[in-house]
Amino acid sequence: MPTLKRSAPTRLLLGLYRTMLRIRRVEERLSALFADGTIPGFIHLSIGQESVPAAITHHLTNSDTVAITHRGHGQALAKGINLDAFLAEMMGRASGICQGRGGSMHIADSSVGMLGANGIVAGGIPIAVGSALAHQLDGQGNIAVPYFGDGAIAEGVFHESLNIASLWNLPCLFVCENNGWGEFSKTDDQFSGSLKKLAATYDMDYQFIDALDVAKLSNLAGRMIKAVRKTSRPAILECKVTRHHGHYEGDPQKYRPEEELNQLGGQDPVSHAYDKLITAGIPVSELTELDRQIQAEIDASVAQAMAADHPQFDQAAAGVYA
Amino acid sequence: MNNPQISEETETLRFGQALNRALGDAMRADDRVFLMGEDIALAGGPFGVTRKLLDEFGQRRVRDYPIAEASMVNLAVGAALGGYKPVVEIMFMDFCTLAMDALVNQAAKAHFMFGEQGPVPLVLRTPHGGGLNAGPQHSQCLEAWFAHIPGLIVVCPSNAADAYGLLRAAIDNPNPVVFVENKRLYSAKSEFPANPQPIEIGKARTARSGSDLTIVTYGNTVHLAEQVAKQRADQNIDIEIIDLRSLQPWDETAVLTSLSKTHRLIVLHEATEAFGIGAEIAARMADIGFDELDAPIIRVGAPFMPVPYSVALEAEFGPNAEQLNTAIDRLLL
Ligand SMILES: Cc1ncc(C[n+]2csc(CCOP(=O)(O)OP(=O)(O)O)c2C)c(N)n1
Ligand SMILES: [Mg+2]
Repeated sequence: MPTLKRSAPTRLLLGLYRTMLRIRRVEERLSALFADGTIPGFIHLSIGQESVPAAITHHLTNSDTVAITHRGHGQALAKGINLDAFLAEMMGRASGICQGRGGSMHIADSSVGMLGANGIVAGGIPIAVGSALAHQLDGQGNIAVPYFGDGAIAEGVFHESLNIASLWNLPCLFVCENNGWGEFSKTDDQFSGSLKKLAATYDMDYQFIDALDVAKLSNLAGRMIKAVRKTSRPAILECKVTRHHGHYEGDPQKYRPEEELNQLGGQDPVSHAYDKLITAGIPVSELTELDRQIQAEIDASVAQAMAADHPQFDQAAAGVYA
Repeated sequence: MNNPQISEETETLRFGQALNRALGDAMRADDRVFLMGEDIALAGGPFGVTRKLLDEFGQRRVRDYPIAEASMVNLAVGAALGGYKPVVEIMFMDFCTLAMDALVNQAAKAHFMFGEQGPVPLVLRTPHGGGLNAGPQHSQCLEAWFAHIPGLIVVCPSNAADAYGLLRAAIDNPNPVVFVENKRLYSAKSEFPANPQPIEIGKARTARSGSDLTIVTYGNTVHLAEQVAKQRADQNIDIEIIDLRSLQPWDETAVLTSLSKTHRLIVLHEATEAFGIGAEIAARMADIGFDELDAPIIRVGAPFMPVPYSVALEAEFGPNAEQLNTAIDRLLL
């Protein structure tokens, strides 16, 4: 059995690669389903940013909570949302995880510790801090992770959240997916400070990493999450990522320099991990088979979602209050 | 081929282009006017309303703002107190929640609370409305909140000419104005005058004359009312449509005059029916128009639930032609 000879780092990388590839393949399918009109509204894909949720959630349990963003499909899938219910939600079906009421920007699965995606930039950050407060009160050692983009840093609630998390020693890891863009505007045109200095102001640990290498990212995230659990001190992890698609699907990206678009191939955590696995001796056939399995799972999930019933209006109307 | 209905003095223009023209003209007319918003400068605005204005007016007057609505609108208050005329854009009306303090406690109150020491001439432009399956946090019509606040003016145009005229008037107005734009209208074309002028805030427009029943509405549902009125004309039902244009203040006289003619009233809006603009109009007309009423006043608006995402749910959410027709039948059959 050749698998026995594999080193622990290779096995770890293979697991992370699987999580990332699954996110990638799901989002590629979402892109196609959006283009052909099966998915309505607007969707924001995280293609190119998969390493962050893959690495973070590797160190979380279902009792740890995450608040995810409008670019949150990967964050949701990595946390363990059921794929059937996820895809049915994207298509607005009754069997969707939110009964078709929320869609891409509002997916939530409380059974796996998802506090919910947010259509309000930075909206999830203080909610995650509140979840960290609940964890502190529970005393079970669970933590909360607010994901946010670089654009969210300008919002006041982010700064208020850092303050209270530090003041009250809340077990919270602030994870920034910095893709250099907030919609059509560069980060540098929107934020004059630095997360590093903010962390210092609030006496928090801060780490920066290029998220291209998922294994390195996972090591760092693991150390930080362990420390947050142990000390109940909040911390900030800033991950440099690359957004491969437009801000939303259909975005012509006229604002984006051509040379940046041409270099996307070199900024891909999925192919980076693939190359490392091949170098580590994993046969191509095994990775091809993994891909095939993932695609088969997605095919089946898409088929059930397409066949699922549409939600009933009266039932939705009855669901406004608990 | 030329459309014979359009005279030589008019052209057609998209709603969004009319707004763009109003902003440009206002900035040329008064160099105290400047713009702030998310992605409005370099990118020309998420719906293209501010396209090319950066090229003409430069960064001093066309400012991209970070994603920080609370400070943005409060900065506008401060700049307005400093003698400037800021026009700020909130990308979706749903995000006005983040700027509520600036609008409700600061902008709306400063003139009164400080004993009339200085006005707050700011305009907040923002798109409302659903129908795009954008989900609960990107589809709301929150105008009634602002109409409820003494000190704020609220307008909501339904066509390109009004969009231009009302925006010019809003910018000229010394008070804070919430300028509501329905997102489904941005690309809609309508007649546009060769020499457009500001339109007085507080004056409604008769979008259609009729004798059997009045529909009072504003924004995108003016077009729903027109479409239904056209269909019902085949059944000899003659519907009058009042396009309010301004919600605070609203044209009580125009509505009462129409009611005195038709004696039946429907108030139609995309916003939640409960505690909405329609409730205010119905209550006022039940008071000052009581003697004119031959039937109860009916409101047609959104049900009391968040705007749902799914195509199936949002289609039923309304308001739609079926619901409006049901209301008409109730009044006339
Ligand atoms: C409060 C609020 N303001 C504005 C928006 C519109 N908007 C949606 S995503 C976005 C950019 C967010 O940038 P970032 O946080 O960097 O996330 P990214 O899209 O890059 O993942 C903006 C301005 C919003 N949804 N909510
Ligand atoms: Mg970003």
